[in-house]
This record gives sequence, C-alpha cells and structure tokens, in this order.
Amino acid sequence: MSQRIDVKDLNIYYGDFLAVQDVSMAIEPQSVTAFIGPSGCGKSTFLRTLNRMHEVIPGARVEGTVAMEGVDLYGDDVDPVAVRRQVGMVFQRPNPFPTMSIEENVLAGVRLVNKRISKADAAELVETSLRGANLWEEVKDRLAKPGSGLSGGQQQRLCIARAIAVKPQVLLMDEPCSALDPISTLAIEDLISELKRDFTIVIVTHNMQQAARVSDRTAFFNIAGTGKPGRLIEMDETGVMFASPTEKATEDYISGRFG
Amino acid sequence: MSATSPPTAADRPQPAPRRGARRTPRDHGANRAFRLVSTGSGVLILVVLAAVAVFLVVQAWPAISTPSDELADAVSWFPQDTSLLEFIGPLVFGTLLASALALVIAVPLAIGIALFISHYAPRRLAQALGYAVDLLAAIPSVVYGLWGAIVLVGFVHPIWVWLADVLGWFPLFAGPASDPSRVLLTASVVLAVMILPIVTAVCREVFLQTPKLHEEAALALGATRWEMVRTAVLPFALSGIVSGAMLGLGRALGETMAVLMILSPGFVYSFAVLQAGKQQTIAANIAAQYPEAPPLGVNTLIATGLALFVITMVVNMAARAIVARRKDFSGAN
Repeated sequence: MSQRIDVKDLNIYYGDFLAVQDVSMAIEPQSVTAFIGPSGCGKSTFLRTLNRMHEVIPGARVEGTVAMEGVDLYGDDVDPVAVRRQVGMVFQRPNPFPTMSIEENVLAGVRLVNKRISKADAAELVETSLRGANLWEEVKDRLAKPGSGLSGGQQQRLCIARAIAVKPQVLLMDEPCSALDPISTLAIEDLISELKRDFTIVIVTHNMQQAARVSDRTAFFNIAGTGKPGRLIEMDETGVMFASPTEKATEDYISGRFG
Repeated sequence: MSATSPPTAADRPQPAPRRGARRTPRDHGANRAFRLVSTGSGVLILVVLAAVAVFLVVQAWPAISTPSDELADAVSWFPQDTSLLEFIGPLVFGTLLASALALVIAVPLAIGIALFISHYAPRRLAQALGYAVDLLAAIPSVVYGLWGAIVLVGFVHPIWVWLADVLGWFPLFAGPASDPSRVLLTASVVLAVMILPIVTAVCREVFLQTPKLHEEAALALGATRWEMVRTAVLPFALSGIVSGAMLGLGRALGETMAVLMILSPGFVYSFAVLQAGKQQTIAANIAAQYPEAPPLGVNTLIATGLALFVITMVVNMAARAIVARRKDFSGAN
C-alpha cells in the first residue's frame, strides 16, 4: 500500500516562468517526508507535481521525471487521472463537498471508480475510512448530515478519510493544519503518525515544530529572491536537519533568522 | 475627522465620545441617504407588484362577476355554454405546455453551452461564444417571430413529420404533423432560442463561481473533467440553474409576438404539439383579441392575464421551495 517516489532533475514552470528549478530527491515509503521553507519557495508547487495537480493550472508544465516504483508519472502513456487515484491529496483548507453528506463525501472518490459498490461494502468502507481518519466516533450518528456542518478540524479529517477511502499509495498534504486550531492540529498530527504505517506521506508545512514532530525526513526549499526559481537546498533525516544542517541557509531558517 | 460635534448631540447628556470615533455630519447624511434609497427601492418593488395585482383583479372583476351566458352574448369570440374558468383552462394549459417544452429544450442546451464556456473552451473562444449568446438576447422578439414563421416553419416540417411517424404512439407527438408547421412545438423551439441567452448567462456565472477548492478536491480524487463537473460544479450550481430556468420560464410564459406569429391557435386541452389549431397561449391570445375587444372582452382578457400572473408566482415559489429543501447542502454555510 505504500510506494517510493524518485524525483530527478525536475523543473516546474508556470507558462514561461520557471517556478522551481532542478529538484532531485527520493521519498521513502512508509515514512513521513516534510517540506519546509519560506513562502513562495515552491514547496507547494513541487508537492502538486507529485500527483500531476500542477498541470490543472493553464500553462503549467514540468520537465524531468517523477518515478513511482520506477514508473515515470509523466510518461506519455500515463493518464493523470490514474496518477491521482494512486496519489491522494489533502488541501490547505478543508474542502469537503458542500452538497454531499458526510457519508457521500467519504465515498466520493470510490464512486468515481466503482459505481456499483454494494450497500454493505459502502457502509464498511465508510466506517474503516472514518476510523482511519480518527473521525468515526464523532460522526457515526450523523453520517447523513452535510459535511460542511462539521468543525474545521473534523472537516479536514473528513477530507483525509475521503482521500484514504480510495486506497492510494501516497498521501500528499499541503499545509493541512494551517487553517486549524492547536487541538485540531494535534489530532491531525497524531493521525499522520498512524497513517504512515500504510501510506507514503508527504507534508508541506510552515510550522517547523510540526515538521520536527511528525516527519522522518525533511527537505528545505528556498528562493534566492522574487522572480527567481525556488530550489531544494538540502534534505536529510529530520533529526539531522534540525540539529546540524549542512547548509547555512537551512540553519538560518530553522533558527528563525529569516522566513 | 471633524472636532466639532453636531448641535443635537451637544444638547443631550452623553458619555464623552472617543476622539476620532465620531462620524462627521456629512458621513452620517450619506449613510442615511443610502439606507433610505435602498429601503425605498425594496419597498417600491412590493408596491409595483401590489399595484399590478390590484389592477388585474379590479379590471378582471366585471368578467368574473358576469354570468357566462351574458359574456358569450357580449363578446363575439367567447364560446357559448362555457364558464370563464372553462375558457381560461385551455389557455393556461397551452401556455404551460409551450413554456415547459421550451424549458426542456433550452435548459440542457444552456447548461451545455455554459459548461463549455466556463470549463472547456480556451479563453478566447469562450469570450467570443459568450458575446454571441448575449447577442441572441438583443434580438427583438418580433424578429424571432418573423424568423420562426417564415424560415423555421418550413425547415422543421420534415423533422416533425418524421417525429410523428416514429414516435407517434407518444401522445405528445401524435400525428398527423400539420403542414405548414404552425404548431406548438415550432413555437416552443423559438421560445427556447429566445430564453437560451438568459439561462446560459446565469448558468455560466454560477459555474464560474464554483470554488476552485472543490474542483481541485474532485480532481485530486482522480476525477476526469466530466466527473469533476458532476461532483463539484453541477451540485454547487443547482440553485443557480433553477434560478436561471425560472427567469427563462418567466420570459417564455409571457412571450407574445413570436407565438402569435407562428402558432395556429386552438382552444382545447391537447398534448398533440405537432397538430395545428389545438393550443393557444394566454399572452398571444390577449394580443390577438385585444384590438377589437368590447369592454367586457377586455375584462375577460385581463382575467386571463390574472391567471398568467398567478401561474408565474406559483411556479416561482415552487422552484424556490425545491431549492430551499436542499439548503443545508447548498454550500452556502
């Protein structure tokens, strides 16, 4: 249920603008990889190339390879829709479908693939996915109520349940806690450490303590100045990154001297 | 901020105002003026609506209170042995049938065009197409009527004949298809073209307002573009689509010239929309009979107008009720 990703020489463009330059990295299975860096350094942009969501924006494109277990996600015969079923995503702001109930939200992705899922199977999947997202106990009595009626933290866990219901290999999280209060944040962080048993997890965060708490490996992105492309500065075990980074820029960022 | 206080405020015992927190008299006046204007506009709508309703009831009253045999004596086109309600009934039926068919034709087309403009077409093409659709709205209805009566009637005739042949078992398409095709279905096609711009414009606007967040949520789950539209865009836009359809329906219900110029009228309850001389709409009937109607005839026509007014209100309220039932799921919370 969990696969590694190898990124090689990746350049990411918006039209003619080079947003992220020359990134190569390995993302290990069954681990949490965190991307940190100042605003605008391209970490979210880079994250969105891992499930081909980047190209949803008109004019956006990439050069280089992103290989999942050796298969290039940007190969000619690869369907981006198929990639997104393998690589799930949780967004910065909770985005359950407002027109759907809690239950329908969890099943939204599954129903795209399997229209004729039986009632019993659906109910079971809803329960396992919501349990997987630590939300089951809170919502089991109101599965037919709209998902938008939940609190922000619950909505975000609902989005995680929706993402894991389609059983992806990889789960991408784009600042999943930035719109949440500290208690909801804690709930999500606990959840992340459970989820990594089953999924490869990549998380973008502005919060360095969060990166230190939840991740196994950390990548630091930086940008030389406005209009310049973002770059991957260094990547290492999280403990090493926070204790003794190789690069001066990393140390400055982590110790709060900028960003 | 002015340091001087308005004279009225100085007379009253007041806690000392915080410096800078006080409005200048000019600001205050503008604020009040704005409130008066906006409240006034809101009230004006209600007054106009009430005035129209009162006019309709007062003017229709002589026709309603006169026994039907006297109506038939006084008004040449009022049928014998028929009550006023029995006279209005087929007209209401014809109006609703023509408008419903127009909606059935126009709404799916409008949704398709709007989706193409908002989610599929490259930006330039989308803009050009948007203008083209808006231009349709600028064509006067009498021109639509001419086009329908001269061009479309001939053009659709073979299609209607074919429809009557193949689907004649279905009451709506019962044959034989009249020649020339001065039939309700032809009128409905013209009505559909006429309401297409407003329905499309409303749909396009609500489709464009779908939160990016929800579209991306669907895409990230592995939805194709059509699946994304189905899971994120259409449910979000449902109430807007209904509103657009209602605006279109309002125009179709009241459209006069196009129907008058195309339809060969009749006054029976008939679903046979390929046969001439079966149905008539209220608006077209008023326009046809009004110029030579005696006073009581005018009152009769206004009574049919009152019926049209009531239909429009009921249809609108029904549509609102349908939308409101799904309010919790509308995304507005």
